[in-house]
Amino acid sequence: MEFGLSDDQRMFQDSIKGYLESAAALDTVRSVADGDLDKGCEISAGLSDLGVGQVLVPEGYNGLGLGLLDAALIQEALGAAVAPVDHMATAMAIIGIEAAGTEAEKAEWLPKIAASQVRMGVAVTEHVGAREGAGVSAADGKLSGKSLFAMETQNATHVLVADTEGRLYIAEHSDAVARTPHLTIDRTRDLAELVFASAPATNLSGENRPGFAADRVVEAGRLLLAADTLGAAQAMLDKAVAYAKERKQFNRVIGSFQSVKHLCAEMAAQLEPARALVWHAAHAVDENMDEAAMMVCLAKSHLSDVGTFIARTSTEVHGGMGFTDLVGLHYWFKRIGANRQLLGGPEAIREDAARLQGWA
Amino acid sequence: MDLSLSPEYEAFRDEVAQLLVDNRDKAPTQADRGMKNQRRRNWQKWLIENGLAARTIPKAYGGYGAEPDILKSRIIAEEFARTGLPKGIANQGVSMLVPTLLELGTEEQKQAYIRPTLHGEMIWCQGYSEPGAGSDLAALTTKGEIDGDDYVINGQKIWTSTAKQADMIFCLVRTEPEAKKHHGISYLIFSMDTPGIEVRPLVDMTMNANFNEVFFTDVRVPRHQIVGAPGQGWQVANATLTHERGMLGDPNAAKTRLLAIADLMQKETVNGERLIDNPVFRDRLVALQARVYAMQANGLRVMSHRIKGESAGMAGLIIKLQGCELNHELARLAIDAMGEFGLLYGDTPYLRDFGEWQAKYMYDLGLIIGGGTAQIQKNIVSERGLAMPREPRPAVA
Repeated sequence: MEFGLSDDQRMFQDSIKGYLESAAALDTVRSVADGDLDKGCEISAGLSDLGVGQVLVPEGYNGLGLGLLDAALIQEALGAAVAPVDHMATAMAIIGIEAAGTEAEKAEWLPKIAASQVRMGVAVTEHVGAREGAGVSAADGKLSGKSLFAMETQNATHVLVADTEGRLYIAEHSDAVARTPHLTIDRTRDLAELVFASAPATNLSGENRPGFAADRVVEAGRLLLAADTLGAAQAMLDKAVAYAKERKQFNRVIGSFQSVKHLCAEMAAQLEPARALVWHAAHAVDENMDEAAMMVCLAKSHLSDVGTFIARTSTEVHGGMGFTDLVGLHYWFKRIGANRQLLGGPEAIREDAARLQGWA
Repeated sequence: MDLSLSPEYEAFRDEVAQLLVDNRDKAPTQADRGMKNQRRRNWQKWLIENGLAARTIPKAYGGYGAEPDILKSRIIAEEFARTGLPKGIANQGVSMLVPTLLELGTEEQKQAYIRPTLHGEMIWCQGYSEPGAGSDLAALTTKGEIDGDDYVINGQKIWTSTAKQADMIFCLVRTEPEAKKHHGISYLIFSMDTPGIEVRPLVDMTMNANFNEVFFTDVRVPRHQIVGAPGQGWQVANATLTHERGMLGDPNAAKTRLLAIADLMQKETVNGERLIDNPVFRDRLVALQARVYAMQANGLRVMSHRIKGESAGMAGLIIKLQGCELNHELARLAIDAMGEFGLLYGDTPYLRDFGEWQAKYMYDLGLIIGGGTAQIQKNIVSERGLAMPREPRPAVA
């Protein structure tokens, strides 16, 4: 019995954090957020060299054969650095292909993903909730329709798509897919509307019954969003504590005032158990535990609430400076805000958790 | 991450489960009330003989004498929970005094007190807080003046649970008035039958006397009834306060409470609709469930550190603060969901779950305050966990 990270897991996460510290410093994040997309690609290339894209791919397909917990540790590091790079969609697509693909399909796609020859985006929003009549349907190996809030499609060669019935397809990112980026609060994230006009696509033909694999994809995405918030919230707490130990008023560092200390203590007290919840939920998915789906819902909804509290409280501890663009704390604030809404807000996800337990 | 147990531990679990099932008829029931009930004492004796209580206390002092093994302790606790049989005694004597004596007591004190305490034959109360010394415990003023071979004690203690039933008290007394605040206190142990002790029950907001006030008037205690050296009482007491904080905020208690509320919300109806069918209450239930699961996972993490002999760091520091608040909010949900039925308190028709939700809601507020208030806990979290500076002390006039 050992509840915690292994030395290997810690070292892997540390190597990613170390890389991001220099490669994705705040100035770089700013340039990418302001539209310098090449810089984002450079960071991604460095992460690929560290093996990030291979984590979830089984060893038999030239991957590292690790689990969702390992992917979550990467995502946590990305959230901590508000890194403007792709990762979630790759992880979600691998899980989708593993769940819905035949052996031949896995052998075709997974090694290419591991080698970054194929770069995956995902378009599954409508499987969580369809708005404005959006939805994608399939006919004769082609996809038509619209998906809102597709993730990480700018640099993608292919997109994993859930149709209106919850089956998974791999669409080529061809001229038959029109992409309109969304302007959201979080400019470190690539979110876009995709319109498919008879776009060529592969219908994954393994265990691809409606909803089955798409649920796994959404589940992985939610867990990774929770991990991203965990990293971003820890960074905001660390920044608040560092600032409070430095900033002086009334001839004292403000961190010696209990009113300020207690805000920091509350943030830490809420965040620390949330970390264990994310680990536990990811492990439950990796081990196929009965409670896995429910625990992911709890992790995503809870981290959304804890993250929101920390985002506002850390900003408050920073006083007026926290509100400025100069300090840049808002990148973390907005990333946490985006994570909260994506793939279902806390209320919607708690309702999913209730359904999974027969409470709704 | 590996949440499975090795075959050795699985075998141990089977052994414990079998032992408990085979001896179920020895267990005391609801009818066996009181701390000194003979059936309870017999059960405790049997538990100790079989390694199910006082497991790691040396045999020479009346324990079972096993090597410490956190996983085995957890398995034993889980099997008690599963079978619903009463656990070994966990009163203040067992959880606080015995570890203190083992660490700092004289051989004579260990011989005299540990065995009867473990066996439920000697009940203890704790004399720490005073009306003027709560969060600032070291400001205590109950004084012990030397007169011949005795300390003569005068003063008052408060928040003393089980003082009415107790045979003995472990008590902090200022014996060196000239020394600095933290260095003038001694840890004395003496009989509650000593002349000059008066116990007055303190009725709290639950309308029960869960605590007492204890008054000392010229109470004579032999000088050798001290644990540690004169003036070392603060250090002696701190050795056990850590034990107390570990007891409060237990995540398994929150889990049990959550399941009871989920059950209640599925059984109770308003206008023919189950309480759980109300989306607002359902949302609150799941939000609290997430916090319960988080605290449980946090508990597993803390345990893994302890198995390796490491500090659990922040994960350990936040347990009392978060756990007590969570329990309090769970009770709040049960009351809110029941509507007007949630008001009932006392022997009345329509009462649900013996009125325990109101009792818990109020008693838990006491626990948020007691054992180190939430504000003191936040000082600890920020100072020890986040290395933030202490509040500057005002200059002493």
